[in-house]
Amino acid sequence: MVELSVLQQKFGTELVESSFRDNRRIDVPAAKLFDLLSSLKSDHGFDMLIDLTAVDYLEYEGATDRFGVLYMLLNVTSGERLIVRTAVNMPDPKLPTVYSLWRSCDWLEREVFDMFGIVFEGHPDLRRILMPEEFTSFPLRKDYPLKGRGERHNFPVITRAGS
Amino acid sequence: MIETEGWHRTAQVEFPIVFVAWLLLMPLTPVDNLEAESAEREYVWTLNFGPQHPATHTTLRLVLTLDGERVLNAVPYIGYLHSGFEKLGEHLDFNQYVTIVDRMNYLSPLANEIAWHHAVEKLLNIELTPRCKYLRTILAELMRMHDHLLNLGTTALDLGGFTAFLYFFQQREHIYDIVEMASGQRFHTSYTRVGGVLFDVNTDWVNRVRKFIKEFPKVYDDVDRLLTKNRIFVDRTKGIGYLSPEDAINLGACGPVARASGIQRDLRRDEPYLAYEDLDFDVVCSKGGDCYSRYLVRMRELLESLKIIEQAIENIPSGPVNIAVDSDMVLPAKPSVYRSIEGLIQHFEVIMPNKGYEVPREQVYAATESPNGELGFFIVGNAETRAYRARTRPPSYLHFSMFPHLIKNHQLSDVVAVLGSINIIAAELDR
Repeated sequence: MVELSVLQQKFGTELVESSFRDNRRIDVPAAKLFDLLSSLKSDHGFDMLIDLTAVDYLEYEGATDRFGVLYMLLNVTSGERLIVRTAVNMPDPKLPTVYSLWRSCDWLEREVFDMFGIVFEGHPDLRRILMPEEFTSFPLRKDYPLKGRGERHNFPVITRAGS
Repeated sequence: MIETEGWHRTAQVEFPIVFVAWLLLMPLTPVDNLEAESAEREYVWTLNFGPQHPATHTTLRLVLTLDGERVLNAVPYIGYLHSGFEKLGEHLDFNQYVTIVDRMNYLSPLANEIAWHHAVEKLLNIELTPRCKYLRTILAELMRMHDHLLNLGTTALDLGGFTAFLYFFQQREHIYDIVEMASGQRFHTSYTRVGGVLFDVNTDWVNRVRKFIKEFPKVYDDVDRLLTKNRIFVDRTKGIGYLSPEDAINLGACGPVARASGIQRDLRRDEPYLAYEDLDFDVVCSKGGDCYSRYLVRMRELLESLKIIEQAIENIPSGPVNIAVDSDMVLPAKPSVYRSIEGLIQHFEVIMPNKGYEVPREQVYAATESPNGELGFFIVGNAETRAYRARTRPPSYLHFSMFPHLIKNHQLSDVVAVLGSINIIAAELDR
């Protein structure tokens, strides 16, 4: 089990640990995210990135940051799990990519970009993945309405006469 | 004559220099560059595979770059079935959203429901009743068989074997019947609820499961004899789509795909949930890492699932299937709703939004071993009876992202073999 004090020695006391049920979480400022993750992978054996996702805290009571980005890590040998959380804010939400550490982040980062508009700098192929290329909004943001903004109604239709 | 001599002379002088330079530069040239060069050659052609193709089973698209029949590169395009499930999860309450998670992996709808409510119950800190744990375990294992049966059947079908598909499909019908007896619905059951299930099961149901357990091994043996040593089937799958253990970990493989590459990981054993702690079963692994190993792992898992169901059905505890009514999380029994004002109020409060129970302002990730691999849900609670964020960790998504890696330098006809072996369910892929 990776000790928080060991990580704090290396990355400073900004790291905050919390836990809920059996989930163990470490909050880290975005500037130190990549170094922490690469140290967790190389020194502490977290060799699998299970999931990478984001939360939009726009309507969340008491939240200070706009987006939370979560990296769910797993040590395959020992079965230990760890969630690393960081925060990014508008107007320019961006984070470094972890493609050099875990290639499984490829589509996961693309999905977070597609749904929340968080840019992962250095990602080899950061395109929309689930939404169409010409889509302009980010649907999982809280300011995007459930019914959409009329994209379906304004969909370009090619008629037989016009083609 | 002079020209020829001159040519000879320059060739003699330059050849070693060129050769040495080539030897020196060779290791520096990235492999991708070589492939990009070959992609520019005019005999390289592009094939659009899908979105509508019988072998994709659902709607997904691959753009294949081919050199003759050799696949140089494959680019998957997904999103054709994207319907905003995660956005809907933020607007439907914990019990309503179960109808949506049903439709993710539609080969094993109940496994999704169990995974979803597993995460919700972890957030709410609910301890299920022993009967409910066993019931859900039996249903989860039936769903594993259901999923594997279709996957194995269609893999054989895509590779030209029709009989195995029909044999297995008949067994799926029996599982449909069992599920229908329990929930009243064959396919999209919406059977689980916060703290329990919709209806309890009866003795007839238990006998129907017993009958299935008795009949299944014969069909299994038939298909085993049809496929496992079938020369054509083995030739089409052995050595195809190899995934090394290191790549499996790095690319995020889980479930049967990872176990076929020798990763000994199964959440049922490593992080036991429901009743798996009490039951005896083996984790099936293989070292091959190819399509054939994935076939073998899935085949053996059918028998392991059968073993689990057999133990669970004989030891299913009696007692209530839902947690206590005074938790305000489950619906009270109908007689008390119709005949007493307290029961009616309680029913009303469970159904109406934000009347019933306390939801912590916290976030939780919980995963189960679904037929396809680790199916996790990440829920952010916001003191409402619906999720503030309902993230699905879909195994198909991670598995399909490794498809270009698996298919590289194989033949065009291997595309269907690899697609079948990683069991892509597009509704779960796109959500």
